Amino acid sequence: MVIEEIQGDFMQQFIKQLAKDNDFKSTSLLSILRAIQTRYFHIPKEAIEQLAELLNIPRTQIQNVIAFYSFFHFEPRGKYDILISSSITDLMVGQEELINYFSEKLDVKIGEVRADSVVSLNNTSCTGMCDQSLAGLVNGYAITKLTKARIDEIVENVNKQLPLEKWSRDLFDVQDNIIKPDLLLNQKPTQGEAINATFARGLMETLNEVEKSGLRGRGGAGYTTAWKWKFCHEENADQRYIVCNADEGEPGTFKDRVLLNSYADSVFEGMTVAAAIIGATQGFIYLRGEYLHLYEKLEAILAARRNANLLGKNILQHGFDFDIEICLGAGAYICGEESALIESLEGKAGIPRNRPPYPVVSGYLNKPTSVNNVETFLAAANIAIHGGEWFANLGTAKSKGTKVLSISGDCAKVGIYEYAFGTTIQTILNDCGASDVLGVQVGGPSGTFISNDEFERKIAFEDLATGGSFIVFNNSRNILDIVHNFSHFFAHESCGFCTPCRVGTSLLKKQVDKIVEGHGSAGDIVALEELCQLIKNYSHCGLGQTAANPVLTTLERYPELYQSMLKKISYEPGFDLDKSLETARRMAHRDDAHAHLAQVED
Amino acid sequence: MTNKKVKVATTSLAGCFGCHMSFLDLDERLVELVEHVQFDRSPLTDIEHCSTDCDIGLIEGGVCNSENVHTLREFRKNCKILVAVGACAINGGLPAMRNHISLEDCLNEAYRDGLGVENAQIPSDVELPLLLDKVHPIHEVVKIDYFLPGCPPSADVFWKFLTDLLAGREPSLPYELVHFD
Repeated sequence: MVIEEIQGDFMQQFIKQLAKDNDFKSTSLLSILRAIQTRYFHIPKEAIEQLAELLNIPRTQIQNVIAFYSFFHFEPRGKYDILISSSITDLMVGQEELINYFSEKLDVKIGEVRADSVVSLNNTSCTGMCDQSLAGLVNGYAITKLTKARIDEIVENVNKQLPLEKWSRDLFDVQDNIIKPDLLLNQKPTQGEAINATFARGLMETLNEVEKSGLRGRGGAGYTTAWKWKFCHEENADQRYIVCNADEGEPGTFKDRVLLNSYADSVFEGMTVAAAIIGATQGFIYLRGEYLHLYEKLEAILAARRNANLLGKNILQHGFDFDIEICLGAGAYICGEESALIESLEGKAGIPRNRPPYPVVSGYLNKPTSVNNVETFLAAANIAIHGGEWFANLGTAKSKGTKVLSISGDCAKVGIYEYAFGTTIQTILNDCGASDVLGVQVGGPSGTFISNDEFERKIAFEDLATGGSFIVFNNSRNILDIVHNFSHFFAHESCGFCTPCRVGTSLLKKQVDKIVEGHGSAGDIVALEELCQLIKNYSHCGLGQTAANPVLTTLERYPELYQSMLKKISYEPGFDLDKSLETARRMAHRDDAHAHLAQVED
Repeated sequence: MTNKKVKVATTSLAGCFGCHMSFLDLDERLVELVEHVQFDRSPLTDIEHCSTDCDIGLIEGGVCNSENVHTLREFRKNCKILVAVGACAINGGLPAMRNHISLEDCLNEAYRDGLGVENAQIPSDVELPLLLDKVHPIHEVVKIDYFLPGCPPSADVFWKFLTDLLAGREPSLPYELVHFD
C-alpha cells in the first residue's frame, strides 16, 4: 500500500511536470498521453482525472481520445508492447504463421498481455515498411524483416528484459531502398537555397512559379498546390498555419518515410517557402506514430536549421519568422484526412470536419491552414529553386512533374521509384522486375485494383491517381484474400463518426467474410453490391467513400470469381449455426439430436 | 383485391410481443383487414404450425436459440413473403445486448453465481432449446424479403405495408413512417 502511494505521488509529479512542459495546452494532449502511455504502459484513471484539471478540459474528452487512437490503452499493455503489421504485403510473406510462432514462443495470446505483464502482442495496420516485411513495432519503434530467427532473438531479449537500447541495432534497421531516382530525388540543394531563391524572386512571383509548375497535391487527391496557398494567403486572419501531412497510413505507401529520412531538409525548406508565401509563422509536421524512429533525427535536423537561422526569427535576414513543431500521431489511419489531422493536432479524436469551410479558410484553431503532403513540399522546394517550367516539362497535360511510388509485393526490386506522370504500368512492372503478374493495387486499398489487361494504363491524375502505393500481385495470389484483408482494414480504421461508414464497413467485412468462407448463396453478391453503393454514396469523408473500392474494383473485373464462390442454393447463414450452440451444449452437458442444428435446412 | 383471402402467419422469436401489440393498434381497421386476410399460425390464433400455403409471414424478434431457428425455417418454407418486423428482427435489438458478454458468463450469472440463485445449476433438458452464442438478426439465418423498421413499427406501418401488398403494389413506406426523431 505504501509503495503504491509513493508511486501515485511519483505519477502525479510526472504528469504535473508534463503538463507544465506543454504550457498546460489542451492541444498537446496527444503528446502528453504518449508520454504517459510510454511510462506506465497505459493511461491510468487517476492520470485522466488529473489531466482534465490541469488542461482544463472535460474528462470525457480525454477518454474519447484514449479510446480513439490505437496506441493508447485504458488497461496496461506489456512492458514490451509488440505489434505486428497485418498489411497485405505482410500476409504475403507469411504474417499469420510468423505471428502465431511469435505468440507461441512468447507464450502470450495475440491481443493479450502475458500474465507476468512483461509482454503483449497484437496485430496492427500497415506500418509503412512494405518493402521490408514482415514488419512491426516494439514500444512504438519499427522492427523490420522479421523471420523466425529474428523473432527468436526478440523473444530472448524480452524474456531477459533487456532494455530496448541494448537490443541489436540490426533489428531496427530501416532501409531507404531508393531504386529509381528521377527529377526530384536526384536534387541535392544546399541548405537555404530554396528560401533565398524565393526571396530573390519575390514571394508572389514564386507562387506564380508554383502555379506554372502545375504541382498538385501528392497525397493522392491532387488539388492544385498553388491555389491552396493562394486561398490561404488571401484569407483575412491574424495567424495562418502550414502543416506537413506525414501521416502516411495508406497500406503499401512508404515513400514519405524515405523522403523524411533522406530529404528532410528539402521538405522543411518547402514548408518554409510555403509559410513565407501564405504568411504563416508556425508550421507543424504531423508524423504518424509508426514513424517514431524518425522523430529524434527530425528534431536534430530542425535544431540544426534553427542554428543556421533557417528557422526561427528573421530567417536568413529576410525579415520573416517561422518555426516547425513535430507532432506524433497515435495510430489512426483517418488522421491522414486533412481535417481529421487538424482535429488531431488540436489534441482531439481525429474525426473529419464538415467541409466547407475548408482548412484554407478555417483550419487549425479555426485559422487559415494549408495542409500539404511531404512530397508536395519536397517538390515545392525544388520548384522554388529551378522554376515552374523545370517541373512542368515532365508529365502529361493534366499531371505535371513526377510521382514518387512505393513499390512492394511480388517483384524483384521493392522500394522507391520516381516516374514522370504518364508512365505506363507495364514500364513500371518491367523496371521493378515483376513477372507472371495477376494485377496491381494502385493507390492502396482506397485506390484501384487493375488486372493484367490494363497494363497500358498510366500513372496520372486523369487515369490512375495514386498517393504512391503500388502493390504487385502475381498469379499465385487470390484476389479474394486481398479484398478480405482490405475490408477488414477499413472496418478497423473507420472513425465511427457517421453511420454509413461505421456500420457499413463492418457489414461489408461480414459480407465479404461470408462469401470468402464459402457461406455465400444466390443473393449475396447483389447484397454486397448494394452495400458498397450505400457506403460509397452516403459516407461523410473519403475513408467511407473509398472503403468499398476493393470490392467494387475487383467485382467489376472478376465477376465470375465471386460467382464461383456461391453455393447453388437460395440462402445460407453466414455463420456456423451448429458451432454457435457449442458453449450451450457444453454447459448443459448435452449432445442429443435437439442440441444440434443443420447449416442448411433439408 | 381478389376474393380469396390472403393467409398471414405471425410469430415472435426473441422479441417482447410489442410489435404484435402495435399490430393490434390497427383497432377498427382490423375489421376491414380480416375481410381480406385470414390469420394462420400466430399467437392471435393459437394455430401451432404454418399451413403450407401461407402468403405473408411477419416475424418479430431476433434469433437467440435453436427453437427460433426451427420456427424461422418453418416460416420461410411455408410463406411466400417473409417480413422482418421491428428493431429486434432487423438488428437483434435489445436481446442482442448480450452479444457483448460471453454466453458462458451470461449463463453462469443467471443460473449459478447470480444473487439469490437457489439450487444453482445450468438447466439441461432435451425439451429446452439451447442458446446460440450470439443473438442474430433474422436475415442472417434465412432470406428475408421486406423489413419494417421501428420499435415497434406503428400500426400505420403495418397498415401501409399490408394494404400495399393486398393491392398488388410494391410496398413502400413514406418518410413520415420511418422518421423516428
